[in-house]
Amino acid sequence: MSDTFSRGDVERVARLARLDLSTEEKDLFARQLAGILAYAEQIQRVPTEGVEPTSHAGDAAAMRDDVVIPSLPREDSLASAPDADRAAGLFKVPRVLG
Amino acid sequence: MDTPIDAHAIRDGVANRRFSATDVCRTTLDRIAALNPALNAFRAVAADTALARAAEIDARPDAAGRPLLGVPIALKDNLCTKGMTTTASSRILEGYTPPYDATVVTRLEAAGAIVIGKTNCDEFAMGSSTENSAFGPTRNPWATDRTPGGSSGGSAAAVAAGMVPLALGSDTGGSIRQPAALCGVVGFKPSYGRVSRYGLLAFASSLDQIDPLATSVRDAALVMHVIAGHDGCDSTSANTPVPDFERTLEESRDLAGVRIGVPRHLFREGVDAEVMAAFDAAIEVTRAQGAEIVDVVLEHSPEAIPVYYVIATAEASANLARYDGVRYGNRADATTLGDMYDRTRGGGFGREVKRRIILGTYVLSAGYYDAYYRKAQQVRTLIRRDYDRALASVDVVAMPTSPTAAFALGERTDDPVQMYLSDVFTVGANLAGLPAVSVPCGLTRARLPIGLQFTGRAMEDATVLRVADGYERATTWSKERPPHLTSETLR
Repeated sequence: MSDTFSRGDVERVARLARLDLSTEEKDLFARQLAGILAYAEQIQRVPTEGVEPTSHAGDAAAMRDDVVIPSLPREDSLASAPDADRAAGLFKVPRVLG
Repeated sequence: MDTPIDAHAIRDGVANRRFSATDVCRTTLDRIAALNPALNAFRAVAADTALARAAEIDARPDAAGRPLLGVPIALKDNLCTKGMTTTASSRILEGYTPPYDATVVTRLEAAGAIVIGKTNCDEFAMGSSTENSAFGPTRNPWATDRTPGGSSGGSAAAVAAGMVPLALGSDTGGSIRQPAALCGVVGFKPSYGRVSRYGLLAFASSLDQIDPLATSVRDAALVMHVIAGHDGCDSTSANTPVPDFERTLEESRDLAGVRIGVPRHLFREGVDAEVMAAFDAAIEVTRAQGAEIVDVVLEHSPEAIPVYYVIATAEASANLARYDGVRYGNRADATTLGDMYDRTRGGGFGREVKRRIILGTYVLSAGYYDAYYRKAQQVRTLIRRDYDRALASVDVVAMPTSPTAAFALGERTDDPVQMYLSDVFTVGANLAGLPAVSVPCGLTRARLPIGLQFTGRAMEDATVLRVADGYERATTWSKERPPHLTSETLR
């Protein structure tokens, strides 16, 4: 397992997470995440062969009948959008295709 | 006028017309106005709507079916309130007004409670000191150069300072219990699934719960009576009967026959001596009340913090993907969609949130998933089994809530691992989905509060509350108030 975390690692992961980081943040996070991962390394010492993973603490997600119920009105859903065409009922984003 | 800070007394006084809901509301608003500049506990105060609600209640002060009649309550700013800003103390949501109420808000208002405002917290509930708020830290009412803990630090400080009798927070790894301990109030984290999470801005969905803060266990139980129960809007909400929490407290006033497990092996290092002494004294109080004290072992608890930080950050990295500048929140200027995402998120999130998104994305990425995320989920299973085994022979497990009393502002901000260790005794209950409470159990020589934690079996929330209530009745620690904030010094 890697026990160092480089600035290149930070840049690679930041691209996956769609985060613009400053040079200072990249250096800071590389240093701090190396420390956090070194600390997290202790879980590797725990024998877990054959142990089922726990994905959440409650019982399995409850099932319910597939019944249509009222949802938020469209205008309310669009009300907080930074940019929207409210008459057409659309969220707007910068141009995707040239 | 002087109105009480006890929710039961407010409810009864309003119902009997000894004072009005408007009187209570005005006293609350005055106290917030007087103290908030020094404490920064509130992000927003809804004075006009609160006074309008109070007037409605005074026109018909009928307590039938309204157990929180006229009682002011503050909400952590990660709980959605229709028509009232909800920011999770993040720049990316600055000015955001949700189009709906969280289920807990709907239930509180139907029970007669009056929402007073929104409280400061660590950004998206990520932190243990409330210093990660984009809008400045909250200060501890007991010592304003210290943190109130976090992430629900604004809610805990507001209750401790007597600004409000009740508040809601959220607890993902200790975010209600640790600030309750550091501020000298009661904080109760219900079993996972007991309270609907609908309308809570998600941080780590398998761990998050919404929880009450109060000045007594009895008041916390009253809030649970109102907010607990099944909700079709949250698929993880438990569809099991809700007990009458208040009646449970009345049924037994001492701790006769209660078995309390103490995992002494966890206290060998890292626990402050004054915290340890207060804990030991508290255990002796429970023994005198009739409890039987039993040694228990939670073998994998030393790994709980790293397991928590792998799982919580992985879930957070997915949950926070929704803040992309498209449907709500703020958007950065950019000419392409990709740049818009990158700049909106890079500029809108604070450092701790970005640090956790990077860590969470990394542990889920190809080549690291099995080594970190899956491994952490397996150790989570072992932690659950430890609690199951211990709680098969005892009714509750007792630990200090936090290994130290309130720490100084700035003391831990440069060292993430040190900050994360604040939650060493609290994360287990979240990983295992168990109910847990923090109740005041002492003061340090510098007069900083110390908290005692009881953790119980899943869905046995009432047992945890009953044990904490039994302890509280035998002591006066819950009645201690910050010394420089009495009504005398405020005049």
